[in-house]
Amino acid sequence: MGKRKFKLDGNTYLLLITILLFVVMYAVGMIVFQNKGFGRLQVFLNLFISNAGLIVIAAGMTIVMITGGIDISVGSVVALICMLLAWMMENKGIGAVPAVIIVLIVGLVFGVMQGFLVAYLKIQPFIVTLAGMFFARGMTAIISQEMISIKNDVFLSWANANIYLPFGGIVNKKGVMLYPYVYPSVIIAIVILIAVYIMLKYTKFGRSIYAVGGNEQSALLMGLNVRRIKLKAYILNGFLCAIGGFLFSLNTSAGFVEQAKGFEMEAIASAVIGGTLLTGGVGNVIGSLFGVLIKGTIETFITFQGTLSSWWTKITIAALLAFFIILQSLFAKAKEKSK
Amino acid sequence: MTRFKKITGYGLFLPILCFILVLLINVIKTPSFFEISIKNGVLYGYIIDVINRASELVILAVGMTLVVASSGGTDISVGAVMSVAAAICCFILSGGQQTTNSYQNPYLLGALVAIIIGIICGCWNGFLVAKMKIQPMVATLILFTAGRGIAQLITKGQITYIRVDSYKLLGGNIQGIPLPTTIFVVIIVVVLANLILKKTALGLYIQSVGINARASRVVGLKSAQIIFLTYAFCGLCAGIAGLMASSRIYSADANNIGLNMELDAILAVALGGNSLSGGKFSILGSVIGAYTIQALTTTLYAMSVSADQLPVYKAIVVVIIVSLQSKEFNKIVINIKDKLVSYKERKKVA
Repeated sequence: MGKRKFKLDGNTYLLLITILLFVVMYAVGMIVFQNKGFGRLQVFLNLFISNAGLIVIAAGMTIVMITGGIDISVGSVVALICMLLAWMMENKGIGAVPAVIIVLIVGLVFGVMQGFLVAYLKIQPFIVTLAGMFFARGMTAIISQEMISIKNDVFLSWANANIYLPFGGIVNKKGVMLYPYVYPSVIIAIVILIAVYIMLKYTKFGRSIYAVGGNEQSALLMGLNVRRIKLKAYILNGFLCAIGGFLFSLNTSAGFVEQAKGFEMEAIASAVIGGTLLTGGVGNVIGSLFGVLIKGTIETFITFQGTLSSWWTKITIAALLAFFIILQSLFAKAKEKSK
Repeated sequence: MTRFKKITGYGLFLPILCFILVLLINVIKTPSFFEISIKNGVLYGYIIDVINRASELVILAVGMTLVVASSGGTDISVGAVMSVAAAICCFILSGGQQTTNSYQNPYLLGALVAIIIGIICGCWNGFLVAKMKIQPMVATLILFTAGRGIAQLITKGQITYIRVDSYKLLGGNIQGIPLPTTIFVVIIVVVLANLILKKTALGLYIQSVGINARASRVVGLKSAQIIFLTYAFCGLCAGIAGLMASSRIYSADANNIGLNMELDAILAVALGGNSLSGGKFSILGSVIGAYTIQALTTTLYAMSVSADQLPVYKAIVVVIIVSLQSKEFNKIVINIKDKLVSYKERKKVA
């Protein structure tokens, strides 16, 4: 057997469906909103710009979901991180760099707490992270109930540093060549995404995450330290969550209590749409990236359309999540029957 | 010692203890806590207020208890379903207008449709959990986020007001009766639920499905159907609670009705001594749990904690309770005890 056969099982199908869905949606958008400039490269890049934080958070969520767990606290943690950043920089006069380092540590601590409760006390991840969700949201309100906008120069210079691409420019009405640009947040997000992809695919830790999620019992019999791996997965997730929150705050430059509400749903939906199984053991951050892009495309649709309320984004995402969950469940049933 | 064990072993020991603790704190802080006065033929007082305000939570907790017992998961969409039910009711009663001074449609129609919508939401959750075998929290997460969006769409993103006196009856007082109406609704729901569960075999079925769904199926119980039923019932409870919450503020506020109620309901179930991994359950425990939480909320409000800061304390309580319930925690405690004992023995030998 020299050549490995490319197998098309249910999970690859799910990923293919996702990529196909994205391409079809984007093509439809290009046709429908042709004269509004949907086809421009900048519109595509905006998908990344406005979702840089979500890409990182969805990657963390994917890791946790591969272990068979879930984290519904991410939205609140993002709000907490943004609020902390804003509060530290504006009210306490802490510099941008130490503030970011502190919030990253907060994310780690949050991950350690949740991971300990899930892995060592064996409490259902839902309950733990539900409590985490309310805890983080409440903490945000305790720090400040007013909105704090970030005016720190260093921070804003990170947020607004345009990085122009060397190609794909268009000439505008005044005859000036405009190159498409991205923010540094996009670069960070993509670097992290690639790092997580490599970690999951090629490192011992990455492979053991899959092993734990696939079958905890056999992973234990194989001699893996299941608890520690789960704990590490949650810590990593907490850390990525903090980075995601930081990237998110670069976009919004403010902290307020109601921020990033429903973010957990978007992250979970992105992972599920991208082919991560809720039962664990299967998943891929590239799929999650496409999940995020699909969500971004729906949002772009709604902005371009102009009259629909933003609530439609949430409803469509929920409908898509329901659709993919049912699809997964049908695939799982078919698999069971074929055994 | 044995008597002590007998008392602490009693199923409702923990919920009653917590309840008494919270009440004690209240009595110490505000000595007028148990005072009841009569104004205009209506009873007033802290304790009446707690009982009144806890009504939605008690009803939700009843539904949540059954969901937890049968599926070992929780329905986190109850708050959102409440807001959908309230929105639909107000939409029908106002005939689609933003505010109204008279019913455009009969009240019963609005209430009935709201409750039916609640049941439909519950059925959707039940379908996903029981038939599609999706983890309860993920399945209910869909409505958790989309629900408020749907409610917003129904109310067109605004608050629909029903400025009719009879609409306030459900959340207020009926003339001539000194107690708030909500208390009677709660009594009806709790008594009915208890009757159905105790007088028929349904309660036993739910327990056995919760303990082992597969074994129950082998014995001949329709596990999926029973789980489905509990979710539908939970939806019904959320519908009723939504009506009550909407009647209190005689409007449908899609963003705020039932906000953070899901955590309270889960907390009530956990405080009631029910295991969150399913199986044995006690409705009475959950009811006591719900009143405890409301008393706690009132206490925290009195200590000038704002509404959006409350979840912090509740989240901490949830984590503590589930940690105490977890078997692993017990093992760790026993381990430490063993180590202490052996340490002492070694000391003696030395």
